[in-house]
Amino acid sequence: MTLDLIVAQLFTGVALGAVFVLLSTGLSVIFGMLGVVNFAHGAFYMTGAYAGVFVLALTGNFWIALVAVPVLIGVMGLGVERFLIRPLYGRGQDYPLLLTFGLGYVLIEVVRILFGTDGMPFETPPLLSGGLDIEGLGYFPAYRLFVIAMTAALMLGLWILLERTRYGLIIRGAARDPEILSVLGVDTRKVFLLVFGLGTGLAALAGLLAAPMRSVNPEMGVAVLIEAFVVTVIGGMGSLLGGAVAGMLVGIVVSMTALWMPEMSEISMFALMALVLLVRPHGLFGRGALAR
Amino acid sequence: MHETKTTIGRRTLLGGTIATLAAPALLLRVARAADEPIRIGFPTPLTGPFGAEAKDQVRCAELAIKQFNAAGGLKGRQVELLVRDDKLNRGEAATRTLELIEKDKVACIVGALSSSVQLAVNEVTKARGMLYVSISQSDTITAMPDFSRTTFHEALNPHMTAGAVARHVFKPGMKVAILLADYAYGQEMAAGFRSAAAAIGGIDIVLEQKHPFGAADYSTFLPRLRAAKADVVCICNFGRDQANSIKQAVDFGLKRQSKIVVPVLLYNQRLAGSPEAFEGIIGGSNYYWTIEDHVPTAKAFNDAYRADTSGGVPSDYGAYGYAGIRLVLDAMRRAGSVDADALVHQIENAKYDTYKGPETMRACDHQAVQSVLILQSKAKAAMKNATDLFDVLAMDDGSEANLRSCADLGHVAGK
Repeated sequence: MTLDLIVAQLFTGVALGAVFVLLSTGLSVIFGMLGVVNFAHGAFYMTGAYAGVFVLALTGNFWIALVAVPVLIGVMGLGVERFLIRPLYGRGQDYPLLLTFGLGYVLIEVVRILFGTDGMPFETPPLLSGGLDIEGLGYFPAYRLFVIAMTAALMLGLWILLERTRYGLIIRGAARDPEILSVLGVDTRKVFLLVFGLGTGLAALAGLLAAPMRSVNPEMGVAVLIEAFVVTVIGGMGSLLGGAVAGMLVGIVVSMTALWMPEMSEISMFALMALVLLVRPHGLFGRGALAR
Repeated sequence: MHETKTTIGRRTLLGGTIATLAAPALLLRVARAADEPIRIGFPTPLTGPFGAEAKDQVRCAELAIKQFNAAGGLKGRQVELLVRDDKLNRGEAATRTLELIEKDKVACIVGALSSSVQLAVNEVTKARGMLYVSISQSDTITAMPDFSRTTFHEALNPHMTAGAVARHVFKPGMKVAILLADYAYGQEMAAGFRSAAAAIGGIDIVLEQKHPFGAADYSTFLPRLRAAKADVVCICNFGRDQANSIKQAVDFGLKRQSKIVVPVLLYNQRLAGSPEAFEGIIGGSNYYWTIEDHVPTAKAFNDAYRADTSGGVPSDYGAYGYAGIRLVLDAMRRAGSVDADALVHQIENAKYDTYKGPETMRACDHQAVQSVLILQSKAKAAMKNATDLFDVLAMDDGSEANLRSCADLGHVAGK
């Protein structure tokens, strides 16, 4: 086992970590701001990939899909919040949890009926196909580097939106104390609506970005839901920074386990989660019980 | 005395009346059983990562039954296929199989599409003396202790398939690396490559890298595979795992330094993947539609499938569905009954040609001796149409020499 190999494996882990961060952001935003445990996250991710196939077939342009898909599925998310989630606010966390759990199954079944149970091919956009020879690491696919960059940009954008803008202040306020905020004249229902739409749009974007790396099929979101939960729980439910750190950590742990004990690589993330929860029951960056 | 006699008389009368009334009903029931369709149970993973292959198996199985019924059935009795989704789960498959046997009273079971799930089905059928035709790859199902007197393995097995591919690709002096899914299929295929490499001689197996079954991301397994700098990398996994792992291995430049081969090159996965990712990849197969140019039964099978699906062509695993059902139906017709012993007797030692050229059912282990095709995935530019996916590089004719001996499989000679 050479040092080169360990370095290559570490870098692969970081790249995989970026994918994990991407997968879990939508889940984290919705939970952090609304307190809704969105079990349909994986299904929104999957519909994002299918919407990508559809937009790509229509326009032949990946870049248009990159903008259109989050908007399309985000709008669908708005509808879901308005007509399905909203009536359940104030009834305890298990109501929206059960609802989204069922919604996930409905979405998967609808996609199976519309597009069949077979997978769909999704080619890497021509501009990003091929790879780069990185000194000391060897050949690395350009598309994965693009995904890392996209994830970094996305996280930065989200951070600026939530922490540095007036809208972010309102969103954080709505998460902390919706009652006071509505007394101050803010329509909190609208805030919740938009945050849910943002979360589903992010899930869809993750699905679209994952499509050229993994195949597109109705069940592609099932494993992703679990991975996203692991990352969110390790990072601390609802913490954007926690999600980013946890995603990277999970990527590196999975990758290094794959090097020494490949059979254990899938279980390693759960072992990590158990370990973190033993030491920090609210996750690495969790704030403890929600203020509400 | 008189009173007693009357009582008996009344009872006799009552009993007689009931018997008289019941007799025609009973006779009617017997008669109805003869008109009732013969049921064949077909557990298969319609949902999950092997869904594409499973769906085509059902389509082809239905085709074989339609042909049989159109030709008059079994002395007028029609045959019916009972498809059950086993969800690629051993427990689910065993439960569904048990239901098919106990509740639906099927005449036999055909199907299951995973080396481990078929063993779960086999346990149920073996314990009940039920005829079972397995149509997916497994070495253990024909070996002791899993062997069952009433089970037949119509599919290729990993030893034959990996062996044929290895004999075509491996050359003495080569370095070989293996990536395998960590479950029965991957392990059996890897064993097949290993034993073929040992038989060829002078081959160095430099790495065996396992990955979890159903993994979505293979990037973490690739640095070691690349560092191994092998001449040939054998990727031993099935269904979506195949398309996913090949796509990612090619993305990471594995094809630039090694030749990628797979034991079974899947038609449906090449469709779900892309021509670019699969280009040049070599693998084995039980069937590819273009053999119709020189195999008359393949031509007939393809034509029937085309008529049934408005122009499609059957896939490799779909063809197994057809072959498995035909094996049973032809035996029923020869035996003139659905009795399990009679069918076993008909199938053992059978020589037949239903879709791919001549096959023989080896009596000692119930493995179908048959040809293995060596295929290579075409470049996009070389494809004439959407179904023109592979070149047939070679056809390894069926021969017992390519199978493990029955003594090696644990069968006692003379049994």
